[in-house]
Parts: sequence; C-alpha cells; structure tokens
Amino acid sequence: MMLLLAAGTAAGILVATTLIGPKKEFADKMEPFECGEHPIVSPKLRFSVKFYLVAIFFVIFDIEAVFLYPWAVIFKDLGIFGFVEMMIFIIILAIGLIYVWRRGALEWQ
Amino acid sequence: MEILIPTIKLATIYPEIIITTFAILVLLLQVFPTVIGKDYLGYTSLAGVILAAIITGQGGASGEGGEAIYSFSNMWVVDNYSRFFKLIFLLGTGLTILISIKYTKDEGINNGEYYSLLLFATAGMMLMAGGTDLIVIFLGLELMSISLYVLAGYVRKRLISNESALKYFLLGSFATGFLLYGIALLYGATGTTSLKGISGFISEASFGSPILIMGMLLLLIGFGFKIAAVPFHMWTPDVYEGAPSPITAFMSAGPKAAAFAAFLRVFIEALPSLQGIWVDIIWVLAALTMTIGNVIALVQDNVKRMLAYSSIAHAGYVLVAFVSTDKLGVASILYYMLAYTFMNIGAFAIVIIIGGKGEEKINLKDYTGLAYRYPLTAAAMCLFLLSLTGIPPTAGFMGKLYIFSAAIKSGYVGLATIAVLNSVISVYYYMKIILAMYMKEPESSVQHSPLVFTPAMIIALGLAVYGVLRMGIFPSAYISMAQQSYLSF
Repeated sequence: MMLLLAAGTAAGILVATTLIGPKKEFADKMEPFECGEHPIVSPKLRFSVKFYLVAIFFVIFDIEAVFLYPWAVIFKDLGIFGFVEMMIFIIILAIGLIYVWRRGALEWQ
Repeated sequence: MEILIPTIKLATIYPEIIITTFAILVLLLQVFPTVIGKDYLGYTSLAGVILAAIITGQGGASGEGGEAIYSFSNMWVVDNYSRFFKLIFLLGTGLTILISIKYTKDEGINNGEYYSLLLFATAGMMLMAGGTDLIVIFLGLELMSISLYVLAGYVRKRLISNESALKYFLLGSFATGFLLYGIALLYGATGTTSLKGISGFISEASFGSPILIMGMLLLLIGFGFKIAAVPFHMWTPDVYEGAPSPITAFMSAGPKAAAFAAFLRVFIEALPSLQGIWVDIIWVLAALTMTIGNVIALVQDNVKRMLAYSSIAHAGYVLVAFVSTDKLGVASILYYMLAYTFMNIGAFAIVIIIGGKGEEKINLKDYTGLAYRYPLTAAAMCLFLLSLTGIPPTAGFMGKLYIFSAAIKSGYVGLATIAVLNSVISVYYYMKIILAMYMKEPESSVQHSPLVFTPAMIIALGLAVYGVLRMGIFPSAYISMAQQSYLSF
C-alpha cells in the first residue's frame, strides 16, 4: 500500500509537471549536465601544476590516515611494539612534511 | 582477539635501514643548507653506502658459514646470494655517486634529491635481492623503478631527458602491470605469495594448471622488461640515451643486476617444477637479446646509444647462464654482474669526462685521437672496452668464460655457439672506438676543450680499472665467493 502510494505520488508529480509546466528550450539547457562543466571543451585545458603537488600531498597524508585507523582499533593488542612502529612511520611522514615545507611547496605563490 | 606479532630480527635489515636513513638525511640536509654545504651531499651519501657495504660484507645478522637467516614471517632472508647482490648494488651506487659529483654541479642539478633518489633506488634493489615473497620483491621493484623514473628526467631543462623519463615511466608502469598480474595469477593458482609456498604447492599438486603457467609467463614478461631482454627492450636505447650519463651508468649496472637477482630467485626457488617450460623460453630470449643488441649496436655513432645496445647484448649473455640453472650457471651470473658493474660504470665515467658540460660530445668523432691528447684516459677506456668485448686479461673475459662453460656443461652447445658468434660481432663496434682513439689523428676541425678530472672521478676510474684487472687476473677468489652464494639458495 505504502509502496503504491509512493510510486503513485512520484508518477503523479512527473505527469503533472510534464503537462502543466512551462517548456522553454535554449542551448545551455539542452546540453547534457555534468557537474556544471561544459561537456565539450578543448582538451588542452591549462591549469596550474601546483594542483598536482597538492594532490600528491593529499595522497601521502591520506595514506597515513588509512594506516592509523586500523592501528588505533587494535592499539591495546599491539602494545608497545605497535606504538613504536607507528611512531617511526609518523616520524618519517613528518620529515616528509618538513621537507615539503622548507622546499616551499606549500606556498601557493 | 590474539594478534600474532611476527618475529622481527632488525639486525637482518641493518644495511637497508642505513641506506634509507641516509636517503632521508640527505633530503633534510638539502632543505637545511646551513648545516653542511651542498657540495658535501654526495660525500654524505657515499659515507652511507660505504657503511652499508661494510655491514653487508660482515654479514650483518647472517649466520656463520653463510647459512640463510629468515625473518619477518619468512618474507625476508639474509643469505650469501642476497649479500653478494647487495654488494654489487652498493658498489654500483658508490661508483655512480663518485662519477656524479662533478656532473651534477655542471648541469646545475647538485641537489639532495638526486642522491636521495639514488639511495632510495638502492634500498629498493636490496629489497629485491633479499625478498623471499613476491610482495616484498614487488615492493622493492617499485621503490627502485619510481626513483629511476624521476632520475631519468632529472636534467629538467634538457628535452631528451624529459622524453627519456616519460617513456621509461609509461613503458615501465605497463611492465609493472604485467608483473603484478603475474603475481596475482600465481597467488590465485597456489594460494600463497611466498616463494617456498609456491614451489611446495606445485610439487604437491603435480600438474601445471593453465593459470599457473599464465602467471609464470606474465612474470617472465615483467622481469624481461626490467632486464631489457628482446623483445621487451624497446625502451632501453631512448631511455639510456636521454638520461643523465651517471644515471645511465647506474641503470645499466645496479637495477639490471637487481632484476636478475629477483628473476633468478623467483624462477629457481618458486617455479623449479615448470623449468621445462621456462628454460625453452629463456633460450629463445637469450638468443634474440644477444643477436639484436649486438647487430643494432654496429650502426650506432652515438657512444651512449651504442653502450645502451651493448648493455642489451650483455643481458643476453647473462640469460645464457640462466638457461643452465645449475650451480655454475648462477655463480657465473653473479660473477658477470659484478664484472659488468666495474667495466660498464668505468666506460660511462669516460663518456662523462669526454661529454663535458651539457653532454655535447658523445659521438664517435669526439673520441678521435684521444690517445694523443690523453693517453691514460684512452688506455682506461680501451681496457673497459676490451673487457666488454671479452678479451683477456680482463674481468669480462673470465665472466664470459664462466657463462659459456656453464652453458656447455648443461648441454646447451647451440646457445653457447650463438653467444660466441655474438661476441665476435661485438668486437666490431667496441674496436671502432678503440680505433678512433688510437689510429686516427685528432681532427683539427673539431674544437677540443681540455678535459676536466676531479679527484672523485679519478678514484672511480681507479676503482673500476682495479676491479676489471683484478677480477680478470685473479678470478678464483670471486668465483668461489659466487659459488658459495648459490649453496645457500
């Protein structure tokens, strides 16, 4: 009954808007919609190489999170061994952060 | 929930830890330039390489008499085989650093990242030699390859260097895909990625399932690419020509040896039951690789490109020894890779010296009359080329002797004949350089700027000359070392 009601409502609204609604056709509207981007553009789109850097940093610290969560879940079982291992991992990542920072990769200008 | 923490013997990875630590240290020194000058970054990384080599030489945690020590849940082993290969890698890296010091300054790439990437590639190579699990070997391979992709294009402003890096990256990652698919299929067929586990499963199951054979073939393609065996060699000439010369020297010695180390271990340790299949394939690969490498090298005028084809041909010779798969075969591969490291890096050192700034003088005509201007340099180059040809009393001769005798003892007389014929072909293009250096007058039309020798470069050349002669005249110590390495396999 509920299903029928829901399906009926949806179908009814669709039919009603098709019948009553105004129909204006213009060029932009007839294009396939994809996140507000124009579907047909020149492939030689130029954008700053800095986006790649940001993407790579994101991957590094994203992976860190991927490893940290399972570690946190079984933290107690792993004991001091797991703690030391994870600290080594994080220190190496921190060195990476210091490196990119000092190298000026975090500055947008 | 009980969690089994794997037994870890950190002592078994001391050399790898040292190399990695120094790689990170050099990176940090680059961004804190006030600590030590930029000029000392190369020497700092060299110190790391020497330290790691000493510890590897002493055996690290390996047992007395070279018994194999397994750790990390049997994913990692320290045995004589891996130690021998690690010493080859460290030697290659050390020589590369020595010949890089002036080059990097000339090209304006004297950065910590350069040395850091070299050390990371070395760490990856060491992982490949010591891994007894396909995953560890793959990890090492990727660490090595990704560092090399960057290094190949390190001279950013040179177009040909960019091309080299991009080609290497595209083709290399494609080959990695093959390798990974092969590993996946082997895992699917046997349920394990451990080399011992795979061989155990196959010997029990006693049948070659199609998935297993498919996996083996894909692995063969992946490794074939890394060692530049024909028909997977198309990347080699372009990449070797475009990459900075020290990196070309490095690529042709260390990573190739690393690929052979993993190749041998995987096929002999994990897939001995399929030997009937892969020996035939490698037979064909060896014959093709030698012949095509040598024949195309004949027509090259660019010395760097010629050495690239010659390095393809040398991979072919090593594959000849691979076919015999016995103790002598493996020992001769180890011996040959060590000899090849000395002679090839030596030859590239001369190419760098003559190439000068911007690597402009790398053609045959730049070598004409070298013996009249720089007799010692020409003599050293002559020695390296004779060694590459395989003429006594050099390391190359002994290496080829061991390889050919290994092939004949195992009954592959036909392949040994092809190898010998190829050696003869190679005489032509190596002699072309020697002839140019000794028999022709210096061309007056070519502007000769004086060659620059730095202490580091002289040390590298001295080491290479010493190694080539020492291994050629007193080979027994090295060959017995190589044979002991097989025992622990």
